[in-house]
Amino acid sequence: MSNITNQSLSEILESIKSKKISSLELTQAYIKNIENAKKLNAFVTTTFDQALENAKKFDNKSNNEQLLSGVPLAVKDLFCTENVKTTAGSNILNNFVPSYESTVTKNLWNNGAFLLGKLNCDEFAMGSSNETSFFGNVINPIGDHLVPGGSSGGSSSALVADLTPATIGTDTGGSIRQPASFTGTVGLKPTYGLCSRWGIVAFASSLDQAGPMTKTVNDCSIMLEAMSGFDEKDSTSINKKKETYSKNLKDNIKGLKIGIPKEYRVDNMPKEIDELWEKGKKILKDLGAQLIDISLPHTKYALPTYYIVAPAEASSNLARYDGVRYGYRSQKGKDLIEMYENTRSEGFGDEVKRRILIGTYVLSSGYYDAYYLKAQKVRQLIKKDFDDSFTKVDAILTPSTPSSAFKIGEKTNDPVSMYLNDIFTVPVNLAGLPALSLPAGLDKQGYPLGLQLIGKALDEQKILNIGYAFEKNCGYKNEIKKWWS
Amino acid sequence: MSKEKFDYFINGEKGKYEVVIGLEVHAQVLSNSKLFSGSSTKFGADPNKQVSLIDSAFPGMLPVINEECVKQAVRTGLGLNAKINNYSVFDRKNYFYADLPQGYQISQYKNPIVGEGKVLLDMPYGSKEIGIERLHLEQDAGKSIHDMDPSSTYVDLNRSGIALMEIVSKPHLRSPDEVNAYIKKLRTIMRYLGTCDGNMQEGSLRADVNVSVRKVGDKNFGTRCEIKNVNSIKFMQMAIEYEANRQVELLEDGKVIDQETRLFDTKKNETRSMRSKEDAHDYRYFPDPDLLPLKLEQKLIDDLKKSLPELPDNKKERFIQEYGLNSYEANVLVSEKEISDYYEEVAKLSDKKLAATWMMGDLFAMLNDKGLNISNSPISSKNFAELVQSIKSGEISGRIAKEVFEIMVESGDNPKKIIESKGMKQQSDPKELEKMINEILSKNKDKVDQYKAGKEKLFGFFVGQVMKLSGGKANPQLTNEILKKLLKG
Amino acid sequence: MSLDKEKIKHVAKLARISVDEAKVDSLTKDLNSIFKFIEQLNELNTDKVEPLTSILNQSLRSRKDEISDGKIREKILKNSPKKNEEFFVVPKVVE
Repeated sequence: MSNITNQSLSEILESIKSKKISSLELTQAYIKNIENAKKLNAFVTTTFDQALENAKKFDNKSNNEQLLSGVPLAVKDLFCTENVKTTAGSNILNNFVPSYESTVTKNLWNNGAFLLGKLNCDEFAMGSSNETSFFGNVINPIGDHLVPGGSSGGSSSALVADLTPATIGTDTGGSIRQPASFTGTVGLKPTYGLCSRWGIVAFASSLDQAGPMTKTVNDCSIMLEAMSGFDEKDSTSINKKKETYSKNLKDNIKGLKIGIPKEYRVDNMPKEIDELWEKGKKILKDLGAQLIDISLPHTKYALPTYYIVAPAEASSNLARYDGVRYGYRSQKGKDLIEMYENTRSEGFGDEVKRRILIGTYVLSSGYYDAYYLKAQKVRQLIKKDFDDSFTKVDAILTPSTPSSAFKIGEKTNDPVSMYLNDIFTVPVNLAGLPALSLPAGLDKQGYPLGLQLIGKALDEQKILNIGYAFEKNCGYKNEIKKWWS
Repeated sequence: MSKEKFDYFINGEKGKYEVVIGLEVHAQVLSNSKLFSGSSTKFGADPNKQVSLIDSAFPGMLPVINEECVKQAVRTGLGLNAKINNYSVFDRKNYFYADLPQGYQISQYKNPIVGEGKVLLDMPYGSKEIGIERLHLEQDAGKSIHDMDPSSTYVDLNRSGIALMEIVSKPHLRSPDEVNAYIKKLRTIMRYLGTCDGNMQEGSLRADVNVSVRKVGDKNFGTRCEIKNVNSIKFMQMAIEYEANRQVELLEDGKVIDQETRLFDTKKNETRSMRSKEDAHDYRYFPDPDLLPLKLEQKLIDDLKKSLPELPDNKKERFIQEYGLNSYEANVLVSEKEISDYYEEVAKLSDKKLAATWMMGDLFAMLNDKGLNISNSPISSKNFAELVQSIKSGEISGRIAKEVFEIMVESGDNPKKIIESKGMKQQSDPKELEKMINEILSKNKDKVDQYKAGKEKLFGFFVGQVMKLSGGKANPQLTNEILKKLLKG
Repeated sequence: MSLDKEKIKHVAKLARISVDEAKVDSLTKDLNSIFKFIEQLNELNTDKVEPLTSILNQSLRSRKDEISDGKIREKILKNSPKKNEEFFVVPKVVE
């Protein structure tokens, strides 16, 4: 009982189902952990009273037929939650209380889970270290001087510190997979259109996708099954039959063809990343998969493309934060235009403002063709690279990140070096594909490193299966001292 | 009809200028709900009562397109003889304004749903074709109210997100009269199609007017100014008049015209530069990533084409052929679908030509007088047809008909009943008439003698006496015949 | 292509963000290093490439023309920093 919270989601679900533990006891255990983990700064808002109510309600009338029966979950503070403050890590939404629930979180609650709290994140999900949040940076439980990755840094930190049994994040350029890699956990960015974007504070609409962050691949499949599904309120939602990922999870990957793209061996990549990749290849080969060398020639251009497309969309998506209908409004300024300028200047942090300016510039008259249009053409080439490769292979194996978790403050003064952290994750978003980050080993400092499995569009089941087999044979285990409590 | 010559020019000291006008008409699509949300589009609701989370751009809200709005745009495109594009894209037009919640308007920029088309105008100097550049779908903005509080602006988002069709003409218009004819023609076409109610008072039809001037004979266009958001034809005409003269004056003074956005001040009857729009020209259009390209199947377009009603140009031709009307009459009678329907109902039951004359005369005058339109006319088409038939058959005279008409307006009664009960039937019995005329002639022997002596003008006097005695009911033709016969005798 | 301070101020004006004069220099430096990075794309010849408009290979889905929303004025106005019973209220707009 005392260590229920360091179990996996599937184990916890089993314990609830068999009544080894009540939902209330489970919830109380997490609340206790959260209260002892304030140093990590993983939560922006907690909803303990509401969670305890829901747990009691569940225990009184337990329905174990659901995927997430009786489980409290904390979620990234980018998902709008009905009557619970939703900030997107920004001052400009510091007082915003939505009257609606995002489709993805609603799906979780409809599957028997309930809200435990809202997790810190980079402001508007713009960041790779959770240092741009208005609510302060989040600490990686792996080490008190390390970033937890970003933008879903509160999510990765809370998960690995046992503050939530599983969680969800959003991934625009790596915001689920990079923090998962930095904390030795599992993170999946689904195919664009598999999870509804309705009710998620938008960053870059053509790239944003919500996905699960969990301790195990099985947990990941359960969460994906619960959160995904067609939503008629999202015009980019894919209308297809719902899949039962957890039931269909198989560890037999014999004969599958795994692509190894040569372009992912980048300059100055630490040796241990290379070694990790080799280790991954060996595990898959030993499991009967066939390794095939492939080429994704435009990989190098993915990040520059991303830093045109994402800021361009963001500059437009964030125009609605103008102090008129919700959120922060500056009291300075004599007319409407000054009110806008002061509100947005005071309400947004530096990184967000920087990206709005980049995005405004690349769309502005005289520069559109040189930047935005060019980027959309390169994006086509990047997508084509993947399309071509997937005629030959079932999945692609790459490192998740070019390094392990870095130190707090290490990259805050150099935006480009910060952006380079997403070099392996960004191409996947540009191509709209699913990708799974798996914990695979440690670097010489003992910090976790992840490998990424990229699948064809809507081929989540296959990369989950490969991940499942990999996990069983990798032997990775997080050993974390709870130094914060 | 005699053809006049086009003569709208501005004479300056340095030459004669022609005015070049292009219109961007914003027509509100007739639909129950908004373009990208399920809020009602009904006019006149309480402030912010027809606003959804999408219309007010709450975080995470997403647009889903209304299929009817797409169909309405296609119908309108077909009505404008335009090319329907199977592939079109929604873009974001980015600018900040208090009544633009998203900070961008969803519109169509490079790939509109409808391409080039044309509209025919009937001008006194002949028919003129006005080219349509394109038609695209876009969202309307909300409303900023500046006069309810001295220091604040109030924002009502009821209109935010309602579907508009922006219909862009080529710069083919040359005078305020042509603008008047063009707007009316567009409105007629859209009303026939049921795609826009064309109600300018309620803002369902507004226009941005592009005006430039050039010397007659010049090939190149002058620098144009855009007059924003003018909401009545009269104001459009006044704004063009003012703006064209302003531009000519500048040119005459050797000055340069700045390409700019201007506002028409209806109180001062002048246009002035809109400073607030100074830096708004950089709209940073890009494809809306929340939406996908709109791909229309040819079958949908074909089906919509098949289901289109008969349009005014075709109907006019048919009225000329089928009912023997002249071009002017046909034009007037097809100007509104309801009028044309009424006319056809009447023409089916009575004399076609006489029906047209009476509709365009007494009926329209009465409706105009009472501020009514044809759909709420106090006289039904069936009763009106009976009245026309009674005139045609000689049952009543034109003069009596006017009286019957008045009573029909007041009572809504059937003309037969009125004629019967009031004894207004025309006296057409020759024996009765002869008796009456003999009586008059014998009472006016002196005048009969004068007539016979050659004072033929007196014929009118005798007719008048007959009418007086008969209470206006004597059949005029018969009266003439009998009078002539008896005066000879 | 390098961005100067004037250009940055112009872009900031378009984006309705007031830029702190003290921060313009560091912002200029950051943006220039980012644009230098972005401009790697110029190495590629993309003359014959169609730009990607959507990653999903499907047409736009539409909804029926039904009134299914609205009449939630209270919810709409609830979060507004300044409002009255019926309207959002903003500082005076000068046309």
